[in-house]
Amino acid sequence: MEILSQYGTILLILACVFGFFMAWGVGANDVANAMGTSVGSRALTIRQAILIAAVFEFAGAYLAGGEVTATIRKGIIDSEVFAGQPELLVYGMLSALLAAGTWLLIASVLGWPVSTTHSIVGAIVGFSAVGISADAVSWGKVGSIVASWVVSPVLAGTISFLLFRSVQRLILNTEDPFANAKRYIPFYMFAAGWMVAMVTLTKGLKHVLKDAKIELSFIQDAGIAALVALLVAGIGVAMLKRIKRDPEREKGNRFANVERLFAILMVFTACAMAFAHGSNDVANAVGPLAAVVSTVQSGAVVAKATMPSWILLLGGLGIVIGLATYGFKVMATIGRKITELTPSRGFAAELAAASTVVLASGTGLPVSTTHTLVGAVLGVGLARGIGALNLRMVSTIAVSWVVTLPAGAGIAIVFFFFFKGVFG
Amino acid sequence: MPLSNIASLFGRSPIKPIEKHMATAHEASADLIPFFDALMQGDLAEAEKVQKRISASENRADDLKRDLRLHLPDSLFMPVSRTDLLELLRAQDEVANTAQDIAGLAVGRKMEIPAPLQPLMKTFVDSAVATSEQALRAINELDELLESGFAGREVDIAQRMTEELDNLERKSDKLEVEIRAALFKIEKDLPPVDVIFLYRVIEWIGDLADRAHSVGNRLQLLLAR
Repeated sequence: MEILSQYGTILLILACVFGFFMAWGVGANDVANAMGTSVGSRALTIRQAILIAAVFEFAGAYLAGGEVTATIRKGIIDSEVFAGQPELLVYGMLSALLAAGTWLLIASVLGWPVSTTHSIVGAIVGFSAVGISADAVSWGKVGSIVASWVVSPVLAGTISFLLFRSVQRLILNTEDPFANAKRYIPFYMFAAGWMVAMVTLTKGLKHVLKDAKIELSFIQDAGIAALVALLVAGIGVAMLKRIKRDPEREKGNRFANVERLFAILMVFTACAMAFAHGSNDVANAVGPLAAVVSTVQSGAVVAKATMPSWILLLGGLGIVIGLATYGFKVMATIGRKITELTPSRGFAAELAAASTVVLASGTGLPVSTTHTLVGAVLGVGLARGIGALNLRMVSTIAVSWVVTLPAGAGIAIVFFFFFKGVFG
Repeated sequence: MPLSNIASLFGRSPIKPIEKHMATAHEASADLIPFFDALMQGDLAEAEKVQKRISASENRADDLKRDLRLHLPDSLFMPVSRTDLLELLRAQDEVANTAQDIAGLAVGRKMEIPAPLQPLMKTFVDSAVATSEQALRAINELDELLESGFAGREVDIAQRMTEELDNLERKSDKLEVEIRAALFKIEKDLPPVDVIFLYRVIEWIGDLADRAHSVGNRLQLLLAR
């Protein structure tokens, strides 16, 4: 107890610095992955992508990031074990942040596609299982998280496969793809808008609405979300109207004008993607920070604590700064390298990945956005939509999976005992 | 910092390069028209110039072929079978090779086309080159095929193009029979060795149409999955 009151301020500052560092890393690397497909398919310029990412990552984190943050903060560990020794939780969360950050840095230098989510979960499991005891981990929750890492890419792949097949049937393989694109694309915009609005209503605004004494049934939520989605689709229709058929472009490829329409759709799915990413990945930085803050401030491990909004703000700010200082470079590299992905495929992959991630966020499962997106792209590939996919990437991901969990855990354990030694 | 990212998931699509390869192969065969024009006018210097151009096109096609093969590792996941794609590439390359062989032989023997044969020869060469042009047109459908996910209407369009290719090849076959018959009628008045090689060039021009036709066959196999 005395330790927390004695060193409380310095521990808080450390947590903020580490959390900010982690958020910076998410912004520098992960966001670029999430938005890179839009830049690569030339649907967005880098400047536009950064603007969309800044706004919607933030919105996603703030409006729908609560559940995953709660999972990272108190879902993986069994808080009762820490009741008598709250300082251990503080050390642990600090070392988890530092370990995940360090591991991401190492992996980035080596060029491995590791996931922020996997690193932080591995680190938290590591310090609590070895540093405290095996009972300190809620293994059931960890099991479902690990299962979700397998399920999310597969689910995203299935959705993108079906989405692309529907595009083939409704638009590409028809007499007049351009007219059909104008007719059907608003429906996909509606779907993207509805999904984001629905998760925001049922998860993000739940507490706000409860405070205002508004109880909404599922049907009412769905209705309001549909209205929002209609508005989104309406904006989309107006934007689509401005695209005129240009016969000049069709000389090389008859689908050139159709792709211009899909590029408009991709602006919308990019927003959904940024929102989904914000709702899931900001928690990686913010969750441990929130745990430290609530423990230090109350001097005990509190199971139910309201999260101060400045923490989410700090996380969001870190992401935006990461994006602005380094992420734009990564995004430019990705954009240059992805030349084979056209908007009609990119949208299917993004919408599928965003839906899956938002669904996971709603259930409080921390998944890897990048891996989910990889699954979604493979789904489009299986529908024979992409010229060439490098399957070596899939095996690299599998290896990084096997390595990241023990690595994150190992580094976290070292830091944990280090903090324990320094602060007593 | 070599950051790992989603971009490494995307390989280099073979579709554009394979279209480019066919375009280069066709450049070689299309030059046979000015080549035979020069030959028939007895302008050997011009014929040699065109022959060099054909050789250069063939070399470029070879380079493209090698580059494409190098960039098609086993780990690549493509909408079409890798084997079919490599076979298509080989068929395309044969078009360029045959064009080069024809020009090389004719220049090497300072070949003269007998006057009575000339109008028929011109039609025959035009017809063989038209076959190769149609093959190029069919191959140029590949990017549209990729866009539509190798399904539906685009496949029908490509199928129709390969059917047209069948017709053109048949026409070349018929012309080959005609020109051989015409040569047979006058062969006793010509130096025998010249006649032998005239027959050979005629045969090879027929081969050019066959090879272009087999590009279409390979394309059909690629689509039938």
